[in-house]
Parts: sequence; C-alpha cells; structure tokens
Amino acid sequence: MTEILKTTGLSRYFGAVTAAEDINVTITEGEIVGVIGANGAGKTTFINMVTGYLASSSGTIEFGGKPIKGLGPRKLMRKGLTRSFQIPQLFLELPVIDNLAIALAAADHQQFQMIRPVHTTKRLEAAEEILAQMNIAQYRNEMVTAMPQGARKLLDIAIAMLGSPRMLLLDEPTSGVSMEEKYTLMDTVMEAVRQRGLTVLFVEHDMEIVQRYVTRVLAFASGIVIKDGPVDEVLADEKVQELVTGKPKTPKTEGGA
Amino acid sequence: MTLEKTEVSLIGVAVALALLSLVAPNWLIFTTTLAISTALVVMGVVMLMRAGLVSFGQGLFYCLGGYAVGLGGRFFGITDALLLIVLGVAVTVGVAMILGLLVTRYREIFFAMLSLAFSMILYGVLVKSHGLGSTDGFGVVDWTILGFLPGSGESSSRIALLMALALALGVALFLNRYFRSSIGLACEAIRENEVRVEYMGISRKQVLYINYVIAAAVGSIGGSLTALAAGHVDPTMAYWTVSGEFVFIAILGGTGHVAAPFIAALIFTLVRTYAIELAPNAWQMILGIVLLLIILFLPKGIWSLFTRKKRVAS
Repeated sequence: MTEILKTTGLSRYFGAVTAAEDINVTITEGEIVGVIGANGAGKTTFINMVTGYLASSSGTIEFGGKPIKGLGPRKLMRKGLTRSFQIPQLFLELPVIDNLAIALAAADHQQFQMIRPVHTTKRLEAAEEILAQMNIAQYRNEMVTAMPQGARKLLDIAIAMLGSPRMLLLDEPTSGVSMEEKYTLMDTVMEAVRQRGLTVLFVEHDMEIVQRYVTRVLAFASGIVIKDGPVDEVLADEKVQELVTGKPKTPKTEGGA
Repeated sequence: MTLEKTEVSLIGVAVALALLSLVAPNWLIFTTTLAISTALVVMGVVMLMRAGLVSFGQGLFYCLGGYAVGLGGRFFGITDALLLIVLGVAVTVGVAMILGLLVTRYREIFFAMLSLAFSMILYGVLVKSHGLGSTDGFGVVDWTILGFLPGSGESSSRIALLMALALALGVALFLNRYFRSSIGLACEAIRENEVRVEYMGISRKQVLYINYVIAAAVGSIGGSLTALAAGHVDPTMAYWTVSGEFVFIAILGGTGHVAAPFIAALIFTLVRTYAIELAPNAWQMILGIVLLLIILFLPKGIWSLFTRKKRVAS
C-alpha cells in the first residue's frame, strides 16, 4: 500500500513543557488508525501539527510523499488533508444548507464568485446527498444552533469530507455524544469514509469505539508514542493499560513484594 | 439572466420614485437624494458588518468620493457627473487597496478604531489644507451629464435624484446578487467561524480584502452623489461622527436585505429633519432614543419587521 502520511522526529514544546516529542509515524493509504492517550498525552497536539493548526518545534511531516510542514490549513485542504474538530467548527448562525453550500463552492474553487447564487442546483443536490448519507437531512433548513451535539459532529465531518480529501483526521468524534448515539454516529461516519475510500486517523477516548472501528492504534503518553500496532496488541500492552486505558495492573504475588 | 422577485421590486420602487420626483417638492427631492447617497455608504458598512467587521471610518471613502468630485471639477476641468463619480471610485479603490492590506488583518474594536483613525487622518489633512478651504471646504463646479447642463434649482435637483436612483439601483441589484453569491456567503461564514473557513480552503484575508474594497467603492459613489447634489464638500464628510451616523443607520435598517439601508437612511433623514425642527436642542436625544428602541425591540433592524411578517404568514 502507498504511504500517505509520514512524520519524522515531530516535536512540539511550549517553553519547558513537552507537548509532543519525536513522533515517528507512517500511515498507509486506506488505513483507519486510532489515536489514544490520557488527557494531555499529546494526541490533539499531534493532529494539530499535522493539519497546520499548530507549528511544530522540530521534525518533518510528509503527505503523499511531499513535505507539508509549515503549510496552513488552506493549502493542506487543497492537497487532500482535512479534519474535524472536538468542538465542531461550524457557522452557528447560518442554516445547515448554507454551511454545506459554502464548503461546496470552495471545493469547486468558486469562493470568489460574486454574481451567481451560491445555491446552484448541482450544489443543492450534493448537499442533499451528504445530508442524507449522514442522517441529518431533517436539519437542512435549520440554524446550526438548533442541532443537537451529535448532529453537529456529523455536519462538521460532512463539511470536512466535501473537499474530496484523501485523508481525514477526526478529533474525538464521539465526545459529548450520548452512549446510545455513539455507535450510530460512528457507523454513519465509517460508512461515508468507506464509500470515499478515505484514510482516517482519529483521536478517541472510548476504547470500545476504538476496538470496533480501527485496525491500528497509536498510544500516546507524556507526548510520545509508547505503542504503535494492531488494536488488540496495543490494548493488551501492559504499559498502555497502565498509562492510557487505566486498567488495574495484575496484583503481584505476596512473596514478591 | 432572469430577474428575481427582489430585483423586480427594486426596479419598481426606483421607477416609482423617479415618477414621483416629477411632482414632488424640491425639498423632498433633495432630501431623498441625500438619503439615497447616505444609503450607499451605509451599504458599504452593511457589507463589512455581514463579515463581522464594524467600521467607524467609512466616512473616509464618503469624503474621498466627495472630494474627488470637487477636485476633479476644480483642477482637472471635468464637469461630466458620471466621469467625476468614476474618478471618485478610482481614487477610492486605489486608497482602499492599500489600506485594506492592513485593516483587514484586524477584527472587532481594533478594526473599528483603525478605520476611524484613517478617516480622521484625512479629516486632519483637509482641515489643514487652506487651498481646499480648510474647515469650510469648497463649492463643486456646475456639472453636466452626458453633455447636458441641468441648470440650477429644481431641474438640477431632479436630475441629481434621477442619477442617484439609477446608480443606487445598479448597486442594489449588484449587491443583492453579491450577498447570495459564494463570496457573500463566505463573508458571513468568516463572521461565524474563521477557522472552519480556512479548513474549507477559503482565504479569509482575500475574501475580506475584496469585500473591503468593494464596500469602499460603494461608499465613494455615495460621497460623490452627495457632493453633486449639495454642490459643496467639506472635511466633516470624513469626521468620525459622520461615520458613526452610517453605523447608526446600518443598525437601524439591519443587514438582512439590500433594501434595508435605503429604508433606514430615508427614515433617519426624515427623523433628523423633523427632530431638528421640533427640538433644536434635543434632536440628538431623539435619535438616541430611536436607536435604543430599535436595539431593544428590533435587534436585527427595521428589516426584521418584514421577515417576521413573512415568517408568520408562512
């Protein structure tokens, strides 16, 4: 499989604080990779550096074999690397259909068009299609403020997928969503991802979600990747259990104490 | 390109006003011309407000448009009104293209104060320019339109109104499309969430810059029309209280529709005219109370009365 994302020695320091250090990760096209770690482990810092939201202190990032370090979100999006956010980044006081229409106009490189209406028949059809696919068609004409959190997450991801990306980074797609809704949400997202043949890297705290949807896991602790491998192998790792998943250690024998 | 309902309505209102001007008294013709000119500048303020920026310095472009008309006639011998307006737009666009590089990098109070500062710099320069009449300003030359000399008095006022109506109609038709185009929606998107805009692949800087320059050009037309109608320009056109009035009218009308600034400017001009007549020492208080009532009961401006009615009907 073709290599799509590669980071080498990627680090980020905030003064004396190490947010991420020496992250060496290679992701191949079509992989669904989970990123796990306790709060402050460096997961979001890693995603923010890769997606141009945060500058790295050192190291390199390659996307599709080309260096992308220093590129902003706009250029990365045009290269096919996009993301969703833990707190959905939407246009709250605009109708859902407008949120999608502007994304579709940008995807067509028509964002500076001044005379023709943004709501063309083609764009409306494309918006309807993705709304139906993400199961949020009922909110079409509502303001985003009227949507529940789960629907906002889906809209945020839908917008991220409109620019024909090759790789999608999802930052905690199920956070703030009720237990009942989590699986429905993830099933919807993963089906859309599969249809588009996207490579996905997603940060997640819920280990059941991780086990169910990813094939490979990167486990972060104190800014470094402590384990990278198949999901069952990583989740069974003692260090991961101690620092990430929080499962109690196997009690030692009395004689050994 | 087919005409939409709003466009047909705008054309209808413009034609009706043009016909009314044949029988309307001179004072009303003059007042309406000034209101239309003001509305054009307010339209620029509304364009910026839709992008989340409040300008307290739109008087800069209003003044540039006015002074371009005055100086074009005085120093370059240009008398054709349309040519003078084009000159104003060209000068204003040139200035806005330079200032836009700086001011569109700022938001909120910083944008407001920076825009105010630039307009006050122009005011200061004009006040100190004795060759341009200092605080008194100077008179605009007798203008012609397409070779026709409108003469003086009522005939001149009527032609100024017809010209203002034609230009305002053109601007309103353009902006009606602009507000619903990709760039128009991109401006609103920037107001809502700049991060998402960038992650959509849209340059917020470029969008805001283009919007700023167009808003300046529209404001310049308003200034030029005021100069042609009033026959006089002076530095107060760039004074911050004048820019404040434009913001006042923008809030009064709301940003929901292209017609809102015109309705608000007409109401503002009439309220001010009657308030000055009825309470010469307290007219500003009357305007203040009007604004307070609008903010309290119609936070989205007068235009929200129409949209609310439409919503109730549907």
